[in-house]
Amino acid sequence: MNDIILTADSILKKFPGVIALNRVSFDIRAGEVHALMGENGAGKSTLMKVLSGIYNPDEGAIHHRGKKVIIKTPKEARELGILLVHQELSLSPELSAAENIYLGDWPTNRFGIVNKRKMNAAAKIALDELGCNFGPEVLVRNLSIAKQQMVEIARTLVFNANVVIFDEPTGTLTTTEKDQLFEVVRSLRKKGVAIVYISHKMDEIFEIADRITVLRDGEVQCTVNTSESTIGEITNRMIGRDLDQYFHRAKAEFGAELLSVNQLTIRGLFKDVSFSVRAGEVVGLYGLIGAGRSEVAETLFGVRQKDSGEIIFDQQKVSFSSPKQAIEKGLALVPEDRKSQGLILGMGGRHNMTLPHLSLYSNVGVPRVDKELQVFEDYKTKLEIKTTGPEQLLSDLSGGNQQKLVLAKWLCAHPKLIILDEPTRGVDVGSKSAIHQYIATLAEQGLAVIVISSEMPEVIGVSHRILTMAEGRLVGEYTGKEMTEENLIAAVSGLTAA
Amino acid sequence: MSNSVGVKKDRAAKMMTSMQSSSLSILRIIREQHIWVFLFICMLVFSLASPYFFTLNNIGNVLTQGSFIGLLAVGMTLVMLNGEIDLSVGATLALSSALAIGLQDSIGIWPAILVALLSGALFGFINGALVALSGIHSFIVTLGSLMGIRGIVFIFTGEEALMTSDYSYTEYPEIYLGPVSLTAMIFFGLALFFQWILSKTKHGLETYAVGDNEKSAHEAGIRVRRHKVINFTLCGLLAGVAGVLLSMRLGTAEPNAARIWELWTIIAVVLGGTRLTGGYGSMWKTVGGVITLAALLNGLRLLNTPNYIELIVMGTVLVLALILDKTLTSSQSR
Amino acid sequence: MALLKKASETAQKHGLLGGFAIFLAVVSFSSPEFLTPGNILDVIRQVSITGMIAIGVTFVVITGRLDLSVGSMLTLLTVLVVDQHNQVGPAIAIAYTLFASLLIGIVNGYLIGFMRLNSLIVTLAMLSLLQGATLFYSGGSNVNVTNPQETWFRFFGRSEFIDIPVPVWIFFFAALVGSFVLLKTNFGRWVFSIGGNETASLFSGVQTRWVVLMAYVISGFGTGLAAIIMGSRVMGAQSTIGQGYELTVLSGIILGGTSMLGGSGTIWRTVIGVTMLGFVQNGLLLLGFAYYVQWLVTWAVIILAVWIDLAAKRGRVFV
Repeated sequence: MNDIILTADSILKKFPGVIALNRVSFDIRAGEVHALMGENGAGKSTLMKVLSGIYNPDEGAIHHRGKKVIIKTPKEARELGILLVHQELSLSPELSAAENIYLGDWPTNRFGIVNKRKMNAAAKIALDELGCNFGPEVLVRNLSIAKQQMVEIARTLVFNANVVIFDEPTGTLTTTEKDQLFEVVRSLRKKGVAIVYISHKMDEIFEIADRITVLRDGEVQCTVNTSESTIGEITNRMIGRDLDQYFHRAKAEFGAELLSVNQLTIRGLFKDVSFSVRAGEVVGLYGLIGAGRSEVAETLFGVRQKDSGEIIFDQQKVSFSSPKQAIEKGLALVPEDRKSQGLILGMGGRHNMTLPHLSLYSNVGVPRVDKELQVFEDYKTKLEIKTTGPEQLLSDLSGGNQQKLVLAKWLCAHPKLIILDEPTRGVDVGSKSAIHQYIATLAEQGLAVIVISSEMPEVIGVSHRILTMAEGRLVGEYTGKEMTEENLIAAVSGLTAA
Repeated sequence: MSNSVGVKKDRAAKMMTSMQSSSLSILRIIREQHIWVFLFICMLVFSLASPYFFTLNNIGNVLTQGSFIGLLAVGMTLVMLNGEIDLSVGATLALSSALAIGLQDSIGIWPAILVALLSGALFGFINGALVALSGIHSFIVTLGSLMGIRGIVFIFTGEEALMTSDYSYTEYPEIYLGPVSLTAMIFFGLALFFQWILSKTKHGLETYAVGDNEKSAHEAGIRVRRHKVINFTLCGLLAGVAGVLLSMRLGTAEPNAARIWELWTIIAVVLGGTRLTGGYGSMWKTVGGVITLAALLNGLRLLNTPNYIELIVMGTVLVLALILDKTLTSSQSR
Repeated sequence: MALLKKASETAQKHGLLGGFAIFLAVVSFSSPEFLTPGNILDVIRQVSITGMIAIGVTFVVITGRLDLSVGSMLTLLTVLVVDQHNQVGPAIAIAYTLFASLLIGIVNGYLIGFMRLNSLIVTLAMLSLLQGATLFYSGGSNVNVTNPQETWFRFFGRSEFIDIPVPVWIFFFAALVGSFVLLKTNFGRWVFSIGGNETASLFSGVQTRWVVLMAYVISGFGTGLAAIIMGSRVMGAQSTIGQGYELTVLSGIILGGTSMLGGSGTIWRTVIGVTMLGFVQNGLLLLGFAYYVQWLVTWAVIILAVWIDLAAKRGRVFV
């Protein structure tokens, strides 16, 4: 039995309006990979931020090597040997790899002069140990995401970390890169480092983790040895009910072809993408982040302009130079990042909901407030949006309600085709289910639906047909019984078996 | 946090295209060092247009003339690398100038100079402290100090230009190494010094880190607020140096001195290639921008072009530099 | 946190006004002519010019951008209207001036809205360009209207209607129209949404590029109107006549409580801010302070006003 290096005891962390961590207790041992699983919003990231000093807990204690510690800043965590490899990489692109590895802690002499030779040498050792093929003086902005990740991991070597926390590390990696990462994780484990591995990817967890702790709604559901558990059981603990009950697929009754895309290309983003969607059909688009799916969606919607290729919507060749044109033709896009792309958080629900189609509610350029309120109430009821009223600032709403509002915004003008990009990211379980149900309803009403998702269970559960994308190309199409997790994984990694 | 996905993907896209283009190294050099191309073209054009341009004497003039804006630009570069801006540099220069001359008779020349320098540092410090403590954007803070410090200048000088009573004061900077005056040497020396700081010291690395990604700089343990205050103070101090040198050169200090100079300063820095958004740039680039600007103005004057041409050319050049910068960066990240 | 927010709202509403009221009392005690109708009308007449410009700039600020070119725009346009008045008569001069103001607005709006260049730098560059243009046009000399007493042009700056100066009427109506457009039209919604979240607005089908362009056109137009009033009032123009107006305008907007980050604000806030600033400047003059003391006071007031606003929004005094 390995030593316990770090324990979290009864951690309580609150944010305005929500309890992120509700008396969470958790421990990790030297030389183990302890996975932390849970849905978006379950509290995984928050817990890790508490352990690495980015957040301070409201109540509860942390013990490191048996001693109680108070970690107020990331620097203090680093001094204890606790390092976090961030989900959104925390690097300075204009500085070199070595300068980033030693960020904030550069080796200096008395006068503040950085000892570059020493720094580069030490950095090189760490990078070599990780099997990197680039040197310490390369500027980080010239490195791929996977290599940047290695730079962050090199930090843990250089600072002799005894606890390394990986926060969703494989989101943007190809399969080969993921394998390389796992090699690194295994070698860290062999050295006796305690590793916390946060991910929602079941297959990876079962491949690499020794123990699994499941969080749901800020509380620990269970902590088990991987060898003694199954994917089914873990999923159950994560979502609180069985997978089948969770997703809804619309009846497969399809109408005319509404969208036809041919050889769509934007240099550097995606190439020769061709597919079609019929009315009443739900087409899923699966792939890893960076595969180019959102970019395709943005091109269809007029946010980006294609370099070549053809888009035919409703039997007409179209080339939208702005979202406004796409909206007028009957397209809708629920974007990936609702906070920065989907909603104006500083405004109320009424304003947000009517924004895309203001002319429907106005006379001669002046909005009719009564009409707006009508629409607001309609959809508030239809989608069960929990809000105090049409003027409540959206920043006060929960993720799930915000997402419902984004949906309402598009539905109230009855689009013909709707693209949903990661529609349930950061949404609580209840709202998630409601949104899936609604997607099915929309398809049954005759809309053409495209659902972009990186969650395999979701995309399999709601789609009639799944397209897979990897590194900018469409690599597979699956219907009916072909829509399995194995096929999808194989499809997105097939192209990159280098 | 909400920007995470967008940022991650933008960076991913940046990586893809920037890796492809790094192989075209000539293009990359031009992209990153375009100011030297400008400078070359500028010198070429004016050398052909006027026989007086490319003389040792005139080059020396160009360097001296550019040194004042140059010193302001060095300070401005530090602040801009942090992602901030200082609009009050002109007013600070004027104040320092006024103090250096105005206090001469009461406390002596060198003490007056010392006070002038300290005043620059003081107001730089106030700017930085306000930005760091209040969270008000540096644009608003320094817009305010632009007005306030100018007010102080007027109060001190009483709306009159101050004149030095000691004629030898104006001869202090009249030391030459060939065509290069002491003023220019001070400018280059300080530019060199701060470039060294940027590339070799902890403070320099911090400057880039804070401007590049303030959040991760903070998480890495860098004391961002303290750091910014230091840079603003340095910026003010450099404006103070410029003020003292200007007062020596002119022998007078006018309350309206350096009225639009923050504009020229920003032009020089942006022209040189340092980005307003922070994290990218260098003193070399700024020096290039300053010399190009000075050469441009000097050339125009040599050709006897009327005053308004300068203003129009400056405005146009700035806009073109912006467009260039935008084209270069957006071709890197889609 | 809620307490601090309430305190700030109160401070903003009453504190600033309260401080202002105290200031008014102090000044009128020392200089009784301060609050006489004559002086008040004088101040408001002067404020009208700044205010006209500020109304236009408010649109730009709410989209989260800046317009620093208004001062030199004012100079150029005033010179233009006065000079052209002597050459082609008031009517055509006014037409030229308004047309020029729209043109400048379009250039600004195109560079900033369509080419997405930084508004601070672009409008600074425009400031330089317009100064050059003014010098080019006027040759550095002053221009004067040749027949200030007879021309109907004097209506804008020197006449009164029901005892209230015409500039004030124009300002008032501009504020009404501006407020209506901002708060009650689709366009106004778009201005706010762009300031609130430009990406989301784009994704929601707002024609962000055009709205920003229009905001700068409005800013230019407001300055054009101000130039006409100014030219009419002064019946002449020198090449420094508009100097510093961009600072006063921005100070007034900031004082009024409109956030420089964009997404919120109203025309009436700007009106109040500019008016208060005008009275403060006038009051300081009457108290015997030189005109440049205003600058110091403005500095302090702006910092305080914005700080209090930010402190309330985030719930604590320091960052």
